[in-house]
Amino acid sequence: MLRTENLSFSYKTKKGPLPVFQDLNVSFSPGFNVVLGPNGSGKSTLLKSIFGLLPYEGTVWYQKENVTAMGIDDKTKLMSYLPQMDTSFSVLTVLEMVLLGRLPELGRKVKDEDLHSVMEILASLNIERLAPRRFTELSGGQKKMVLVAQALVRNPKVILLDEPVNSLDLQKQLELCHLLRCLEEGTSIIAVLHDLNLAVQFAHHIVVLNGKGKLYGAGSPRETVTEKMLREVYGVVASVNYDKNGRPAISAIRSTRDVVA
Amino acid sequence: MPVKAKTPVPDHFFYDLMLKRRTVIIAVLLGLAAVLFLLNISLGSSPIPLGEIFKVLFIGKGQGNNVMIIRDIRLPMSLMALVVGASLGIGGCEIQTILRNPIASPFTLGITNAATFGAALGLILNANLLKVSESIMVTANAFVFALLASVCIYAFSSRARAGKSSIVLFGIALNFFFTALTMILQYVSDSEDLKSLVFWNMGSLLKTNWTKLFIVLGALLFCFLIFHRNAWKLTAMTLDDTKAKSLGVDAQKIRRMVIILTSLVTAFAVSFVGSIGFVGIIAPHIARQLVGEDQRFFLSLSALIGAVVVALSFTVSKLIIPGVVLPIGLVTAVVGIPVFLSIIFREREVM
Repeated sequence: MLRTENLSFSYKTKKGPLPVFQDLNVSFSPGFNVVLGPNGSGKSTLLKSIFGLLPYEGTVWYQKENVTAMGIDDKTKLMSYLPQMDTSFSVLTVLEMVLLGRLPELGRKVKDEDLHSVMEILASLNIERLAPRRFTELSGGQKKMVLVAQALVRNPKVILLDEPVNSLDLQKQLELCHLLRCLEEGTSIIAVLHDLNLAVQFAHHIVVLNGKGKLYGAGSPRETVTEKMLREVYGVVASVNYDKNGRPAISAIRSTRDVVA
Repeated sequence: MPVKAKTPVPDHFFYDLMLKRRTVIIAVLLGLAAVLFLLNISLGSSPIPLGEIFKVLFIGKGQGNNVMIIRDIRLPMSLMALVVGASLGIGGCEIQTILRNPIASPFTLGITNAATFGAALGLILNANLLKVSESIMVTANAFVFALLASVCIYAFSSRARAGKSSIVLFGIALNFFFTALTMILQYVSDSEDLKSLVFWNMGSLLKTNWTKLFIVLGALLFCFLIFHRNAWKLTAMTLDDTKAKSLGVDAQKIRRMVIILTSLVTAFAVSFVGSIGFVGIIAPHIARQLVGEDQRFFLSLSALIGAVVVALSFTVSKLIIPGVVLPIGLVTAVVGIPVFLSIIFREREVM
């Protein structure tokens, strides 16, 4: 289990610190965790902080280990991270690109075992035929799939994915979310998603940030995604219905703000 | 394994083939470099046949002055052509990698113009900054300023938020600054000094001796080995900075390391043979097209292509006007500019 303890982060501005979130105590269990919240609520910042890409206050724990105090090598072994925007411009084949995800293991000569796991992850994402293609020649969605493969290939215990499904087509979105839900037991996925219906369909656990730097709630999709939450956090009026498995489905949304038509 | 394995896992046969292809490309270029090397020993005011060259190189005997000509003059010069080319090749390769900019080169950082200013100080004002003997005074001055420019770039890039584009901007600023300083010196100089500065700027291998060769070679090998040991980290530098960091690569640290090492290798090359243009841009560009950016191949191939381009320019410079050796810098630029333009036009098409 990954847990944050009194996590705070503020951007430094000329007018003083601008807090993104304060004293956040969230925990993520093994399985598919989804972080929800409106724009600017600190979802990406939370993921970056957990990886230690930003200077935060507080502590991040993985089971009994203090992640905050870990060196970069140990952190890299434990976690992988997919940024929201990726400006990678590498003249490499897709296979080599995914291989870079195993950077800490790579030596002078690439081992068969490394190549095997690359081909395996590409196959499980149904993109093995892209392996010999140049990364720079791919479409936006294909690039995204390759970068997801790069984040998954090392089989880390914690996988942080910042909007993994944006720029993917509907089929790929469903397939990827299904795959993330079915990853090996013990792996914790922490993903930022904007599509609430995808989140409620696939997530094991949902964390909602309230947009004012605090945690709104956390729990199963049924517990967290409610009409009340949608109104208070997102400012939308919606009806939430439950299917026969008890999973919520969201429909009929309009903004609570008066929009002049 | 992270996911329930799909059986069978597709093979990676094409990758093994690709590696073989890359090895062949490197072997071919090694052969080409060797041929040009021999050609450069052979060509000159009095051509020496191949058999005679081998005799001198391996047995140490030859007709007339041939032993002296080969050992003391043509051998160090021909080697210097390869070594300088390789130095500029790896310099360009790594600068382009860390700045993610296909038209960057050690020249972008202002090192060459700084070296020119140092040389101008020696040639025009007779300044001897390191108090060395008259014969290497100009070289020493050039080196001092090349290093000074690198220290400036290094100090700037160590600032917390110095990103890729701000480093390029800083380099451009340095370039303009040193060019202006050189022009001031040119303005006050007499015509003889001006002439020697112009010749220095054109670049020349003719003043090469064994000592200079070993110094440049030493710097090249030192930097090459360090880059080679960090091959995967440098390959990861082509990724997004945050992405690189999440793979355990400190992008800022690698960037600083590359800046100091390429500065060193360029400073030596440029201060000994003058400014040799464009090799730092062309070589990595061709290498990237051939093998991609896996640094285990990209680095070596950039070095080899750089070596081949300068060796070829040296051969051409001796052939254009019989009996006259044209300045190597000019010839390389004439070869280089068409390639440079084709890079720009290709990028236009993509956009």
